[in-house]
Amino acid sequence: MTHQEFVTGDTPLPDIVILTHKLAREYIMGTETVRALRGVSLQIRRNEYVAVMGPSGSGKSTFMNLIGCLDTPSAGEYWLNGQKVSDLGDDDLARIRNKEIGFVFQTFNLLPRADALHNVELPLVYAGMRAADRKKRATDALARVGLADRMHHRPNELSGGQRQRVAIARALVNNPSILLADEPTGNLDSVTSSEIMDVFRGLHQQGQTVVMVTHEPDIAANADRVVTLRDGLIHTDQKQAA
Amino acid sequence: MPFYEAIRLALQTIRAQKLKSFFSVIGVFIGVTFLIAAVSIVNGMNRYMTDKFAATIVGVNTFQLRHRPNVGFNVPDSVWRSWRRRPRITFADADAVTKGITVPGVLTSWFSEDQGTVEYGGKIAKGIDLQGAGADYFTIKNLNIAEGRPFSPQEAKAGIPVAVIGFDVADKLLAGQDPIGKTIKIQGLPYTVIGVIERQGTMLGMSLDKFVVAPATSPIQRDVNPPHVVDALMVKAGTIPDMNLAMDQVEGIMRARRHLRPNQDDNFALETSAAVLDWWSGISRLMFYFGPGIVMISLVVGGIVIMNIMLMAVAERTREIGVRKSLGAKRKDIMRQFLAEAITLSTVGAAAGIAFGIVLSLLIQAFTPLAAQVAPWSVAVGVLLGSVVGVVFGTLPASRASKLDPITALRQE
Repeated sequence: MTHQEFVTGDTPLPDIVILTHKLAREYIMGTETVRALRGVSLQIRRNEYVAVMGPSGSGKSTFMNLIGCLDTPSAGEYWLNGQKVSDLGDDDLARIRNKEIGFVFQTFNLLPRADALHNVELPLVYAGMRAADRKKRATDALARVGLADRMHHRPNELSGGQRQRVAIARALVNNPSILLADEPTGNLDSVTSSEIMDVFRGLHQQGQTVVMVTHEPDIAANADRVVTLRDGLIHTDQKQAA
Repeated sequence: MPFYEAIRLALQTIRAQKLKSFFSVIGVFIGVTFLIAAVSIVNGMNRYMTDKFAATIVGVNTFQLRHRPNVGFNVPDSVWRSWRRRPRITFADADAVTKGITVPGVLTSWFSEDQGTVEYGGKIAKGIDLQGAGADYFTIKNLNIAEGRPFSPQEAKAGIPVAVIGFDVADKLLAGQDPIGKTIKIQGLPYTVIGVIERQGTMLGMSLDKFVVAPATSPIQRDVNPPHVVDALMVKAGTIPDMNLAMDQVEGIMRARRHLRPNQDDNFALETSAAVLDWWSGISRLMFYFGPGIVMISLVVGGIVIMNIMLMAVAERTREIGVRKSLGAKRKDIMRQFLAEAITLSTVGAAAGIAFGIVLSLLIQAFTPLAAQVAPWSVAVGVLLGSVVGVVFGTLPASRASKLDPITALRQE
């Protein structure tokens, strides 16, 4: 990849959605210091579809948490959509997660007692949107993933694939800068997996930036670019034909 | 997230977990129920005592000259013994006082009473209140005649054996007959019934209609008191200032008659309805000492139960908290959500307690001799206490929830 070299003090170019510069994360485990990330520098452009791969222990979960603003780095910079977020506090990070990031989890993470519509509405609730607007936006989002007729079903009344679609609708409802998926097909059979991959492909074609963490090569094959992590560093970073 | 969203969410959670919610609010429920019911009883009894009891026992703007107070709360033995040694009020005392009061519009009546038996045509009514009184007694006590007439001043003065009887006595002895003109026997002696008093109802579960009134100087005097002695002289004035004036006059007359020196205390009592109310306020004060303690204990216990339930809820819903945080919930959103849940829980408990307390008060009013009337302020206090318990005991679990790390929370199974 040919990106302009970034140095501390710079601001990312406008079309760079994600920029990490020497991003590092250390954990203290008892007396030992675990260096989960040791300086990852990566730039992701708007409307890229990137898969992050790596064996367990490679630091991809840590990377994902940092990218998702669930965690803060020990060192290095993280710029999201032109804003430096690596040194923000808890509440600012919560706001960033709300506005800029749409999460899709392996285990869906839907609220079991709420119906599909309410699950999708949740990010809008925290964004402080009015109930009527919320409902309209959530309904549209559910329609986009083909679940217009399942709005009032609870998660346990939906199939795995449908649950993941609800989760995708929830991730998209706030028009985030990135869709961040953590093993999105890990709990799905292969047929459903490919359905979900089709949804991702469609979203990407509509202009959505997608970052997907996976350890399955055939799932990663859906992405335009595959970044492999090993021992807390970028091992490979290559574009591939869709 | 706005607060009403948090409350809506809390109500959803409560609805989803009805039984658990019920048990978690039972402490608050009991505390508030007790508060409402106890305050209702004190309040109802207060009103009852002021409006009815005092007026029934003594009368409005009325005082009684007696040798000792008729009602007493917590009277020490020594005082009681000194009361018993006092001279009684004699016919002569009563006459002198009656003649001596110069306040205009004052009514007086001799009054004595005891329990006894009344008979008619083979039927016997026992435990009847036998009263010897003057002609103005009916006006002073505001007793309305349902049938017949009261006795006249002339009959009262002459001691004619005529009787005005209470509703229960008429009902028991003379049911289905015209009582007027019938001759009843009071303690074995014949009296002609000339009137029946309107039904008075009950007070504290006792009937107010089991009595007969005859002129104080009629033969009934031997049944109610030693010779030439009355229990009391009733004095009714038009207004409170007039009553106070009359009391001063009566005190002066009695002190002169008893030859009391200025340094000697009165050896008689002038009892007003205030004395009766003093007696009651002594009892109600006790309830105000112990009541809040019981309410507080159950609220603290209820609060601790709610705190535990909320801590459990935070532990159970760690993942939900993680999800909410990942979707953009700030610390204060999570804090607010769990605080709202605790407050809603305890307020719902308090509301149920208020409802049940009101029902309980109505049942007490309807089915027991006690009077009960719900005090609006106690309802407000109940609501307030409910939410205060929620805030106090919900803060710890809510703050614990808000501080959860989203990554750890999301990883929880």
